[in-house]
Amino acid sequence: MLDKITQIVNDYTSNQELDITEQTTFADLALDSLDTVELLMKIEEEFSVRIEMSEDIKSVGDLIKIIESAQ
Amino acid sequence: MSLKIVGTGKGIPARSVTNQELSDFLDTSDEWIVSRTGIKSRNICSHETLSDLSAAAARQALEKSHLLANEIDLIICSTIEGDFRTPSLACCLSHDLGTMCPAFDVNAGCTGFIYALEVASSFLAAKKANNILIVCAEMMSTHMDWTDRNTCVLFGDGAAACVVTNGNALKYLDLSVTANPAVLNIPSGTGNNPFVSKPRENGFVNMRGQDVFKFAVGAVETGLKQALHALNVSTEQIDLFLLHQANKRIVDSIRTKLQQPEEKFPINIERYGNLSSASIPLLLFELLEENKIKSGDTLFMSAFGAGLTTGNCVMVWE
Repeated sequence: MLDKITQIVNDYTSNQELDITEQTTFADLALDSLDTVELLMKIEEEFSVRIEMSEDIKSVGDLIKIIESAQ
Repeated sequence: MSLKIVGTGKGIPARSVTNQELSDFLDTSDEWIVSRTGIKSRNICSHETLSDLSAAAARQALEKSHLLANEIDLIICSTIEGDFRTPSLACCLSHDLGTMCPAFDVNAGCTGFIYALEVASSFLAAKKANNILIVCAEMMSTHMDWTDRNTCVLFGDGAAACVVTNGNALKYLDLSVTANPAVLNIPSGTGNNPFVSKPRENGFVNMRGQDVFKFAVGAVETGLKQALHALNVSTEQIDLFLLHQANKRIVDSIRTKLQQPEEKFPINIERYGNLSSASIPLLLFELLEENKIKSGDTLFMSAFGAGLTTGNCVMVWE
């Protein structure tokens, strides 16, 4: 799942060089709050899940947990 | 069901407030506001009333329609709150214009213009009116906490009007509500009622920005799909997308998803901020003034707002 999310993030940021781990935060990726929403919407489409917006989603690891629980 | 718009007008307060001015008393900056919203300035009422703005917009729309005020037989104002809780803004406007026809307000948040069009369409179809004046007017500055940098930078004050009459321009109109008052609201107070257990003051705009963004992008996309399906046309056949000007990032996100060129998505939010229900008719007014809409053009108008309300319509300009 991390590979797939990495690909989505790389596509969104147009940066193929990002070294993304579960500890990577959206702040590390220089994504503001609206970038984060757009990214989550792309992830919803890709994984066919619905993600409720929450301030608790701060890192890629947080996102993976939410996707896994929604699937 | 159909109508056409025969004249438009605007009423904008004189005082323009730049991002730089806001950064004088808020922890913000021009770069922060522009990068997150696309807004560079907005107009704020310093001495004008909402009735003043509405009357200015209405008179211009009447003039462009070649109609006199006494030829209007229905006035619909869209506003979240006029100069008074009661009487309605439409009644105040009727007083200014000297009309005797029915007049009332609709409140559908930022979607109010599309709701007003639907009401107008119904009155025309029922032959209850021939010339209808729609005025969308909002004074968001009175509903904002001017110490909250996340919301007060977003909105502006202003009014826009149009006169509608029988015609065949309106091809499709759809309204809906996905009820979720918590996402975007402005609380009412309880006054000085001595029997209230938990007194409440009039509140300011509460907005969960990420939720609104997500809702807006999804609502416009869904609304467009439904409209295209109903009319059996393609996205490419839409000449202009007139979206509620809530945030340039919302417009950009929708345009990117639809893979459409930038020139099909006109914006004016950089000069006005979010004018709630007045945003689409003001955009329409400006495009007409600039001769950017011609007869036969297909326009998709889409709005979303507190409720959460949505409204979409398609017009082939006459």
